[in-house]
Amino acid sequence: MDQIKEIFVRKDLCMGCHSCELACAVAHSASKNIYEAMGEHPMPKSRVYVETVSASVPVPILCRHCEDAPCMHACIAGAIHRTADQAVVTDADKCIGCWTCVMVCPYGVIGRHLEARKAYRCDRCQDRDQPACVSACPTKALVYQTVTDFSKDLRRKAAEELSRGEGR
Amino acid sequence: MADARVPRKKSLDPAVNQMLAKAKKENIQTIWDRYETMLPQCGFGDTGLCCRHCLQGPCRIDPFGEGPREGICGASADVMVARGLDRAIAAGTAAHSGHAKHLAHTLLKMATGKTKDYRIKDEAKLKSVSTRMGIPVDGRSIADIAKDLAMAALADFHEKETPVMWAATVVPQKRVDVLLKHGLVPKGIDHEISEIMHRTLYGVDADAVNLLLAGLRCGVADLAGCYMGTDLADILFGTPTPVKSEANLGTLKKDWVNIALHGHNPVLSDILVSVAAQKQDMAKAKGAAGFNLVGICCTGNEIMMRHGIPSCTHSVSQETAILTGAVDLMVVDYQCIMPSVATVAQCMGTQVLTTMDLCKITGTDHMEFSEEEAGKKAEEILAMAALNYAKRKGKPVEIPDVKTPVVAGFSVEAIVAALSKLNAVDPLKPLVDNLKAGNIRGVCLYAGCNNVKVPQDENFVIMAKKMLKENVLILATGCGAGALMRHGLMDPANVDALCGDGIKAVLTAIGEANGLGGPLPPVLHMGSCVDNSRAVALAVAVANYLGVDTDALPVVASAAEAVSEKAVSIGTYAVAAGLPTHVGVMLPVMGSPLVVEVLTKTVRDVTGGYFIVDLDPESAADKLLAAIDERRKGLGL
Repeated sequence: MDQIKEIFVRKDLCMGCHSCELACAVAHSASKNIYEAMGEHPMPKSRVYVETVSASVPVPILCRHCEDAPCMHACIAGAIHRTADQAVVTDADKCIGCWTCVMVCPYGVIGRHLEARKAYRCDRCQDRDQPACVSACPTKALVYQTVTDFSKDLRRKAAEELSRGEGR
Repeated sequence: MADARVPRKKSLDPAVNQMLAKAKKENIQTIWDRYETMLPQCGFGDTGLCCRHCLQGPCRIDPFGEGPREGICGASADVMVARGLDRAIAAGTAAHSGHAKHLAHTLLKMATGKTKDYRIKDEAKLKSVSTRMGIPVDGRSIADIAKDLAMAALADFHEKETPVMWAATVVPQKRVDVLLKHGLVPKGIDHEISEIMHRTLYGVDADAVNLLLAGLRCGVADLAGCYMGTDLADILFGTPTPVKSEANLGTLKKDWVNIALHGHNPVLSDILVSVAAQKQDMAKAKGAAGFNLVGICCTGNEIMMRHGIPSCTHSVSQETAILTGAVDLMVVDYQCIMPSVATVAQCMGTQVLTTMDLCKITGTDHMEFSEEEAGKKAEEILAMAALNYAKRKGKPVEIPDVKTPVVAGFSVEAIVAALSKLNAVDPLKPLVDNLKAGNIRGVCLYAGCNNVKVPQDENFVIMAKKMLKENVLILATGCGAGALMRHGLMDPANVDALCGDGIKAVLTAIGEANGLGGPLPPVLHMGSCVDNSRAVALAVAVANYLGVDTDALPVVASAAEAVSEKAVSIGTYAVAAGLPTHVGVMLPVMGSPLVVEVLTKTVRDVTGGYFIVDLDPESAADKLLAAIDERRKGLGL
């Protein structure tokens, strides 16, 4: 089976511009167009969050689509399931708004839509080749890769550091 | 981000597409490549919700309400958007009036004998403009009048006892009254620009409507800068009369010394044209057939209007001129010169020469131009180009075999002169009669640039063709004129195919009365972007004839593919003059529903004009036609 791509964060590259958040909200709007999306009801919501621990280090946080997803186990309405593409998604029709998923998610990336009264989160943009947040990131801090490729990139970077230490 | 749509095609122009294929083959980056690299563009900037006016910033407001709802200082989305728009208007105003100020200094140097290379080419216009400005002309020398006019022009930049005269004296009294009533009469051109910079500073104006009114006033100052630019250029270099020319890359000639004149001001380019005509031997000495001067952007429009110099290309496709490999020297002054010409020129072995202190480009050569030594500098430039030709001679070039006949040169004076052949006593009567009878349904001015977000020329061509069929008289300036000329809309031979019966009859009657043996071209070329003032002058003449204000006329404007902040300030004065004004690309204002409401609706209660923002050329044309019909109804037509 082909490896599934995940949205990974290369956190040293994030400039904190929040473009991913805007792109996410637009991708989850009815019009898919920022000018119209701003006026839609219910208001389109971003599912990626740029959090800042210290002022100079912004980090985009979003659903990891955990293999053993706590939210999926905890959902008493059975509204959360895993798609064929291995994305963990909430079925809005089944969601009863108990927020148990919010409580158990270690990343805090499940949102509460006040107008729709439903839980929402990243769905990896099922209708796009590449998630909107990844496309929008001007510094490529967000990448859409398989674990294998992402890890390999990390290893190569580490190897580069090591060889530089040896003066090569 | 909002413009994540990559255009279906890059350009409607086959010559441009041929050069883009060449660029791709040779791995040379053009504006279209850089645009794709930039996608998706930042949504905060796109909607105007980004502010860098103080060092606590940058701030951005989240249009989806999850993040910040105001800036660090407390500025609302409305304030942030209005401030940003004001600064764009101020920048556009600074550019047009900077161009005019340059001409005023040139006129003054000529009048005081500091330069021998300029003269008054249109004494009648010198006298008529001076009279309009209250400068005595009877029994005075041309030099004395010119000196006073130059001083009056320079005085219009600062605050003085009178308002900006180039605004107050060029519109109907009724319009002056409207502007006075709403505090929209500018005190000084530079004053208004400076005041915008002041009020958009950290912690000054935080009332979006007040900010927008100041923007409108600055827009009126921009009209003054444009009008002054046109007046002074006509006085120094001649008022355009109808002239035959050609457009597109096919005007470059393999065996000639090709000099592309790019930018905006005729101060240098007009001199170059006359010196080149006298110095053809310099080119022949290097084995060329002669000097072949071609224009790019509004410098091109200035010398096409006055001398019939062909237009090579315009705006978004300026790099393609260099991609032919046939340009021996690109001489630039200022405005709309993409820094990328330096890189493309390096790839092609073309020399680019900057000439103005305020516009130097890393990677190009600079030769400081001075009015005192204009003729000498022009000769030096020609020598440089001839030398480059000698190096290029025999090397392969690729010049697309694409060019279109053009008839240009329609100043208001030229239009009135043409109409006087139909009615010598009352030249505007035939125009107004045809307007009343419906042969001319209305008038539309196409202005502004080509924007990489739009397939080049598509909005202009679709809209103009649709409106010609509906018997709208089409005027064009700037790179809008460039777009329409490239596609044959300034070729009289295309009147039959393009025009509705009413407008066809009008263009034919005027053309035949003037001994052209056929019609005027479908679209009348009125000049460069400062020459949007000519369209205002024509509208004002018709309004005065009918005894109405300009906002009653069935006259509309469109910057269908706008790029520059100059297009924003032009659009603003079109709205200040009372015109329904279309913009075919998104302005960075959508983040503020209040600003959008004011620009598209509320401002109508103030000036009678309003913006129509529509990215679809078909529906935009329908909206402009509806606006024309509404105004016809208002006039009882």
